[in-house]
Amino acid sequence: MSSGAAPLLAVDEPLVRWDWVRDHTDDFVDLFWEHVSLTVAAVGIGFAISMVLALVAVRWRWTYEPLAGFCGVLYAIPSLALFGVLITIPAFGLGFRSALVALVSYTLLILLRNIVAGLDGVPPEVREAADGMGYEPWRRVLRVDLPLATPAIVAGLRIATVTTVGLVTVTALIGEGGFGDLINDGLSRDFPTPIVVGAVLSVALAVAFDVLFVVFERLLTPWARAGGPRRGDRGAGDALADARARTAHDEKWTALGRSKAAEGLL
Amino acid sequence: MSESLQQMWDYLQSDGAWSGRNGLPALTWAHIQISVASMLIAALVAIPPAVVLGHVRRGALAAVSVVNIGRAIPSFAIMALLLPFSLRYGFGLGFWPTVVALVLLAIPPIFTNTYTGVRDVPADAVEAARGMGMSAGETIRKVEVPVAVPLILTGLRVSAVQVVATATLGALVAYRNLGTPIVTGFTSPDKGPMLAGALAVALLALVTDALFVLAGRVLVPWRAPAGRTADATVTAEEAAPVAVAG
Repeated sequence: MSSGAAPLLAVDEPLVRWDWVRDHTDDFVDLFWEHVSLTVAAVGIGFAISMVLALVAVRWRWTYEPLAGFCGVLYAIPSLALFGVLITIPAFGLGFRSALVALVSYTLLILLRNIVAGLDGVPPEVREAADGMGYEPWRRVLRVDLPLATPAIVAGLRIATVTTVGLVTVTALIGEGGFGDLINDGLSRDFPTPIVVGAVLSVALAVAFDVLFVVFERLLTPWARAGGPRRGDRGAGDALADARARTAHDEKWTALGRSKAAEGLL
Repeated sequence: MSESLQQMWDYLQSDGAWSGRNGLPALTWAHIQISVASMLIAALVAIPPAVVLGHVRRGALAAVSVVNIGRAIPSFAIMALLLPFSLRYGFGLGFWPTVVALVLLAIPPIFTNTYTGVRDVPADAVEAARGMGMSAGETIRKVEVPVAVPLILTGLRVSAVQVVATATLGALVAYRNLGTPIVTGFTSPDKGPMLAGALAVALLALVTDALFVLAGRVLVPWRAPAGRTADATVTAEEAAPVAVAG
């Protein structure tokens, strides 16, 4: 690491050396794919696990608190600490698998909560109508509940993905970090250019993912646009506001949240 | 793994683990100091404007932007970027770059939850206050802020847990704390200090979380305590999606 006393940055050292950036463009492409694949793998696996947990939690209500509590504990464990523990396990070791396990564990809480909130936001009368039309329970969940929960689920995916993109920069420390490698490299050489480039590219990637999800949500919920361009957004927000109110154990707020959620979703 | 556990056990029984500036007590204390300092600064910066914006029920866009930007910026990058400047301008290694990164990390949840809490105070309560002849300042102090306390606490809680967790990264910019043995351990054959540091910091994060739950029970006794552990976290993160989605 840095050598304490000596000034690390010469006064004339520019924040970004553009010639260095030009010379390393090819590396950025590789790092981009590494960053993207790690993010997509982590969020994908996390989503699959959370979906199963959420369906369990909605079906057997009493399991929700223990499940959310467990995911909450995982979420509270500092990433460096988790890496530290994971790399001592031979099956994971230093690299991709440890990084992936840690990243997946951080997506669970966000995704579980949002999927459950979305499913809970489905208006009871819609459920009853589906039941009345003869939907079997699991088919109703697939064909009615999940589509209506899409805005809340996508909101969860957005948060999980943006968070993961940021965390991937830290996994550089265990040898698998996408743009984080640049930051790590700059830090170890007291050279600001790669740090700036790594930070900017990482933030840009997070924003790009976020925009992709917005587009994706619009495509998945065509009915949300029918009543006006902003209804889909309101649906997601209000379904979650509903969940927030619900978990606050306050009947009045719950009623308020629910009516708002219904308004946004239908 | 078992070998590493043995190393940790050996480390925990050595004198080095419990004394000196590399001992767990000193590292834990440094970890707590920087976390508390960052949280105090973040609360002072975030709460007043959030209360005012929530009171006038404006600034949803600001809330959205603060959260989104905050979430996208990697703390690690901020620390790394600030280190050379901190040295150049005489702020030294470690502490200040870490504090700045932690403050930036802590502001979004505090801001959004405070804003949402104050804004969503039921309109009839605010109108009743106004009808009783309260001024804007009195309404804020006596009605809106007290009603918003649970959400404000939730914001502080989410931030505090993240700050304690992320302060670990300060070790990378030479702020000596519980992250230091972890970072050293990545390349060292002796995994003992690393595992001990990892467990200590995870424990510290969970204790922080528990302290805020306790604070919530003391400050908001009218709330049903049942199931708060799981649910309070739910509340916090979900205040954020409201903003993200809008």
